[in-house]
Amino acid sequence: MHSSGRRRLMQGNEAIARALVENGCVMATSYPGTPASEILTGVMAWQKAEGTAMHVEWAINEKVALEIAYAGSQSGLRTAVAMKQVGLNVASDPFMSAAYLGVVGGFLVISADDPGPHSSQTEQDSRLLAMLAKVPVLDPDSPAQARELVALGFELSEEFRVPVMLRPTTRVCHACQDIHLATVQKQERRADFRKEPSRWAATPNFRYRLHLELNAKLAQIADYAPTAPRRLNSGAGSKKAIVASGAAAGHAKEIMANLGLMDKIPFFQVLQPYPLHTRFTEEILHGFDEILVLEETTGVVEMQLRNRATVRGKLSGAVPEAGELLPEAVERIIGEFAGVTVPAPPEAPAGGGRRPTLCPGCPHRASFYAIKKAAPKGIYPSDIGCYTLGANLGGVDTVLCMGAAVSQAAGFHHAYRISGEERDVVATIGDSTFFHAGIPPLIDAVSQKARFVLVILDNSTTAMTGNQPTPAMPLPGGVPVEISSVVEGCGVRFCKTGDPLDLPAFTSLVREAVEFACKDSVAVVIAKSPCLVDKSRPKQQRPQAEVEDDCTGCRVCTSQFECPALVFDEATKKVAVDQLICSGCGVCLDVCPSRSITRREKP
Amino acid sequence: MNQQLIISGVGGQGILFITRLLAETAIHKGLPVLTSETHGMAQRGGIVVSHFKVGDFFSPLVRPGQADGLLSLKAETVALHRHFLKENGWIVANAAPLSLVETGHPLAAMDADAAALAMGNPQLVNLMILGLALAEPERLFCTAADVERTIGRKLAGKQKELETAMVAFRTGLEARGKGVKE
Ligand code: SF4
Ligand code: SF4
Repeated sequence: MHSSGRRRLMQGNEAIARALVENGCVMATSYPGTPASEILTGVMAWQKAEGTAMHVEWAINEKVALEIAYAGSQSGLRTAVAMKQVGLNVASDPFMSAAYLGVVGGFLVISADDPGPHSSQTEQDSRLLAMLAKVPVLDPDSPAQARELVALGFELSEEFRVPVMLRPTTRVCHACQDIHLATVQKQERRADFRKEPSRWAATPNFRYRLHLELNAKLAQIADYAPTAPRRLNSGAGSKKAIVASGAAAGHAKEIMANLGLMDKIPFFQVLQPYPLHTRFTEEILHGFDEILVLEETTGVVEMQLRNRATVRGKLSGAVPEAGELLPEAVERIIGEFAGVTVPAPPEAPAGGGRRPTLCPGCPHRASFYAIKKAAPKGIYPSDIGCYTLGANLGGVDTVLCMGAAVSQAAGFHHAYRISGEERDVVATIGDSTFFHAGIPPLIDAVSQKARFVLVILDNSTTAMTGNQPTPAMPLPGGVPVEISSVVEGCGVRFCKTGDPLDLPAFTSLVREAVEFACKDSVAVVIAKSPCLVDKSRPKQQRPQAEVEDDCTGCRVCTSQFECPALVFDEATKKVAVDQLICSGCGVCLDVCPSRSITRREKP
Repeated sequence: MNQQLIISGVGGQGILFITRLLAETAIHKGLPVLTSETHGMAQRGGIVVSHFKVGDFFSPLVRPGQADGLLSLKAETVALHRHFLKENGWIVANAAPLSLVETGHPLAAMDADAAALAMGNPQLVNLMILGLALAEPERLFCTAADVERTIGRKLAGKQKELETAMVAFRTGLEARGKGVKE
């Protein structure tokens, strides 16, 4: 009880985490991915603070995470799994099936969407996947509401014995708000798996019946009062209505108030976009001549309001179908709909900004440089992580999805082979991504005689999302899994480890691997060097680089190596080191053709 | 009191840290607060921007033309985010004096990069700019003393960090009038 009753600042993801613990969730799993990563970190922190017995894990991937949490629910416990939207693609197989089988303990699937996208491959709307799976989905507008919907979600899940999806978006996950803590309710449940093979191991025949059962549940869920749309302004009377859901509802509430429309146009907030409540659908379609729907990212609510003549939204073209629905757009759209003039807001400058780049001293930069030297004409498939930024360096030719670097490398090899050509293929994948989805394609490549080099960028962490552990890290009581032994277990005959910060030696190692792949089979190089922003490691105190007067201004270090700490000075026509950010990795010393960069060891 | 701010710079400058300092200060003053943070890819040296709203709001985002102030930790973000300001919105920026030509908005600037380097820690730019913003008593919804109390609470038990943070914060606070462009 010690932490209840106070108001404190919480990020949306922390509020979700707090709500999970408050509502008796005792198993929580996740794979990190922006914007969902802080949910599990938050659960870990609250678990510790509250001293609750829980199983909390960073799983190897989202599919595994979902299956582990689902088994907890089958055993009668409240459980949850959290991921980003593209993670749900990976977990979609068990997700679809679990919808048919149903749950025992409340089971929440949290899938965080990223309209924009700010940090994702796609802007996909998880609510569409919920529809596809026939799983009810809740859509919060703020951290405070996300917390409320976690509690409601568990109730809904247990009432109808279905998995429930919570779908926050970036603006909910990464908003911070003052939130009251409530007391943690201890459910005091014990695992109690009841065997029922006709359900838990249903054959296709039974699956048909389970499908009918699921449809019947959905019809009832579309009539479940606690999640019904809320009318936020009972007084307003008009033949027009606005329906909003998720972050767009938050923007709309504020804008309606600013424009003085709250007492003019009826405003409904949808909490459960699917299944949309039947009575609400009928009443709104009969009650109004024009209905504006504001939601992200697809018209999920809109498509269930079945009247294309009166309903405006994404499908009708009134609301943009791609990109984040920013409040300035919401203001313009509401203004047009209500017939009030909204002054055009000041425009953002065109262009400008800076592209993200690998940190100064990041070992990945050195790896890419070595790869380009060792196989200058190579094709470079890559993967999802900080190292995607190697595209700036010309070291990344393709990025598809988690693990695809390995399968695509094999695919490129086979494509050229049948065309009668040899092409060096050097793929890069991070350590966490390798564990996530890189192992099956590596086995496939070996067994199918593909020939390419795979460089595993092993910085012993999941860097992009905030340094979560990988399976190679020792957990209390767990057994760390060595990457090299996995690689060898996949049948790879060349597997060597090197330090990319030792650029000359590492470049020769990659060369050796390229030669091996040319003659023999898949070669794996493990580029081992820690991430610089990993707070769990002691900060290295290395002397910073200095540029001597004999710098020729050739710009090799700035154009081909692109360390952001190296800046070309137009006035002196020489390069200088930005002392604010240089981390002293020393790689540029080997990059400079005239050896004009030095490091003075501190006395 | 309602106030909307934009705080921007590049990844690694500790923008989240000062956004949360302000948000926690608001909570201690009993005010409702909503912020929006940048995470993920952009944190690797890209442009990072926080939206900060204290008072009665439902959306965590500031609309263009609505911000009362812009705290810029890197001079180049002034041009990028100036459009968020309302007509009389102020700018507090990390910029060498005279490097910024700003006519439309009241401006206070200091070379926090140089000051932070002189202290041997480039990570202190954020607290200096926050200090500079509070140098003018009426600018923010809270006072310098309010923020110092929050810093004290946040870094309680980390004596060395706390001392450095306070020195940086006060460097900004006192920079006013010393080569600062207003
Ligand atoms: S966070 Fe780590 S892995 Fe990512 S760019 Fe920086 S040093 Fe490299
Ligand atoms: S030592 Fe060279 S390569 Fe490394 S961070 Fe400093 S300038 Fe960049």
